[in-house]
Amino acid sequence: MSAGARARTAALLAAAAVVLAGCGDDSGSGSGDSSGAAPKLDGHGPITFVTGKDTSGNMQKLVDKWNTDHPDEKVTITELPEAADEQRNQMVQNAQVKSDAYTVLNLDVVWTAEFAANQWVVELPKDEFDLDNFLKPAVDTATYFDKLYAVPVYSDGALLYYRKDLLTKAGVTEPPKTWDEMSDACKKVQALPEGKGVGCYAGQFDKYEGLTCNFSEAIQSAGGVVVGEDGKPNVNTQEAKDGLNFLVDGLKSGEIPKAGVTYKEEEGRRAFQDGKLVFHRQWPYQWNLANATDGTSKVAGKFDVAPIPGKDGPGVSTLGGHNFAISAFAKNKATGLDFIKYFTSEETEKSNLLATSQAPTRANLYEDQEVVTKFPYLPTLKASIEGAVPRPKVVKYGDVTAAIQEAAYGAMNGEKSTDQALSDLQSKLEELTKK
Amino acid sequence: MTAPALPPAAGGNATTSPQRHGRLALLLLTPTFVVLALVILYPLIAAVRESLYLKQEGVDPETGIVIGGDKFVGADNYAAIFSGETATRFWNSFYNTTFFTVFGVAIEVVLGVAMALVMHHALRGRGLVRASILVPWAVPTAMSALLWQWIFQAEGIANVILPGEAVLWTTEGFHAKVAVLIADTWKTAPFVGLLVLAGLQVIPNEVYEAARVDGANAWARFWRITLPLVKPALLVAILFRVMDVLRIFDLPYVLIGERKQSVETVSMLAFEQARNLRYGPAAAYATVLFLYVAIIAYVFVKLLGADLIGEARERTRAERRKAKRAAEPEQKEAVPV
Repeated sequence: MSAGARARTAALLAAAAVVLAGCGDDSGSGSGDSSGAAPKLDGHGPITFVTGKDTSGNMQKLVDKWNTDHPDEKVTITELPEAADEQRNQMVQNAQVKSDAYTVLNLDVVWTAEFAANQWVVELPKDEFDLDNFLKPAVDTATYFDKLYAVPVYSDGALLYYRKDLLTKAGVTEPPKTWDEMSDACKKVQALPEGKGVGCYAGQFDKYEGLTCNFSEAIQSAGGVVVGEDGKPNVNTQEAKDGLNFLVDGLKSGEIPKAGVTYKEEEGRRAFQDGKLVFHRQWPYQWNLANATDGTSKVAGKFDVAPIPGKDGPGVSTLGGHNFAISAFAKNKATGLDFIKYFTSEETEKSNLLATSQAPTRANLYEDQEVVTKFPYLPTLKASIEGAVPRPKVVKYGDVTAAIQEAAYGAMNGEKSTDQALSDLQSKLEELTKK
Repeated sequence: MTAPALPPAAGGNATTSPQRHGRLALLLLTPTFVVLALVILYPLIAAVRESLYLKQEGVDPETGIVIGGDKFVGADNYAAIFSGETATRFWNSFYNTTFFTVFGVAIEVVLGVAMALVMHHALRGRGLVRASILVPWAVPTAMSALLWQWIFQAEGIANVILPGEAVLWTTEGFHAKVAVLIADTWKTAPFVGLLVLAGLQVIPNEVYEAARVDGANAWARFWRITLPLVKPALLVAILFRVMDVLRIFDLPYVLIGERKQSVETVSMLAFEQARNLRYGPAAAYATVLFLYVAIIAYVFVKLLGADLIGEARERTRAERRKAKRAAEPEQKEAVPV
């Protein structure tokens, strides 16, 4: 084949490729629907329920019960990877190709703004849910611009796990309510022979989403805010500096062990379970695991939980949890709505709580005798959630959390001064949230 | 040896044997070309095209809905990479990428050649030695990254074994680079070893015997016989590894974590942009990385003579020329008088 013919064929193939590449329609939807009421959801039939890995096995049982009652509207569970980031990736990809493969989405509380603004989930009719019976902060995370886009199903708040046995031996009768009290209690414990080499306090300080939670809590517990009520960032304040300094000084003085800066949830849990920490800021899931009597935990029965401490009084937790939403591209949205109603009914939430120990979103379940006997930390958890502040409700949440992590990690590792870190963060957040 | 020639057509028309073979060959190869174009060329061109667009991220202040749509911005995405704060981050990741490539591949080559020599000369348990050397290569990288993360934890086995104060491997600093290098070379030195082993096995024993007779010691035999003769295989292995490490992503991402300046690589930057749905800038980073890899590969092939298909192609060209020259006198002879 001559050189000329070869070149011609190559050019033809390249041209074909360019044309094909240009054929993809990638312009997004232009206008948004600015009508007042929520659009009516229709379509009954089989749907898919998309959620991260269910370690309890209870979800399948609940879905089976629904399937028995609704043979024409069967629900299939589509399990996504365990990591929250991966779940988001899959749901976003599904939305980008406008696929109807996903119907009900199990969203993390911080994704509501992004999914709503990009119109990947549909508005839900507020009046069809008895939202007054749900925890108010949880409902708040499911709304965007005053419209309901998801229904809260699981909630989460921070708890301070503390070694009751060590505190009692050191003569501290009440768990600390302020950072100074926690510091004093630590010193007393470390003076004991059993307290030698035991770290004082740890949370989640590695450079990931957990750091955003801990940083926000530190700032909020000192009386500051990350993003204010008006949606505008305000971190360059004295309160925020006090909050960040609690973490920075803790690492400098050794109250927070050096290794603490590599802790995610699991590393911290292992340290607490090995008896290496007196105080540990952690989510409720640690309760069951740290109380395990199979030998994995050295602190079974020796600890209790309390609300997290703050600068001058009890601290303010960051709100965690999950909401269920309906994909905008799904076919049988009405079935999805009914399924969400079923999953958030009192009966179902109670069974879920008993099986998984994940905090429910219905307020009255926290007083139910049966569950409180099984999970004594529930009243503390309810107080924590009711006072909790959500993370910034921003469409570009990925960038916001990256900026927060950059500031917090930099300050805690001594790369930036607290003042510098916060003022840089303020300018970055202003840029990201400007309308 | 000439190519088998069909008897030339009577009267000597235009379709002589080599050209008919050529057309048939083209026809048979077209499906392959189509698949290659679809799998390699199309994504490449689509990515370059994507890098010329930027997603409109503005939010309507009244409804809160993203305005959306892609806008053609030309080379703006590329300009954004090389200017301002992003430039510092880009050049840092460029340096990290180059650091991992240079030192990673150097260590892998040394270890790989050593492994190849061991595998080649192993007399007892040859199968077991070879299998155990190849196990790291068989483990998926993301899994090995998780395993090494376990080892490099604050209370992990690495800190237990090493004397002195515990090193926080996953925090910022040179130790993070060391951790990535260790995990990477552990996994890929066997690959280099495998390719070099193939090169070692074609070296005839007589060469070594002759050298021994001439009085060369082990080191001289290695340096003056083994290495030069294994050079083609070694260069191919190095080229593969260089191109792989330039694109390194999963190890620093899983082992150390994202957005850690000590180990951030260019592919991680592209991934972060894509994760935030900014596919234009992501494609721009990817294209820049592609150009970097392409330039290095070109340098390797041209200057260092890594002959992936070079010799083979030259052989076919020479054979073809020979076949043509042989066919011409036949034609002249076959013309009916």
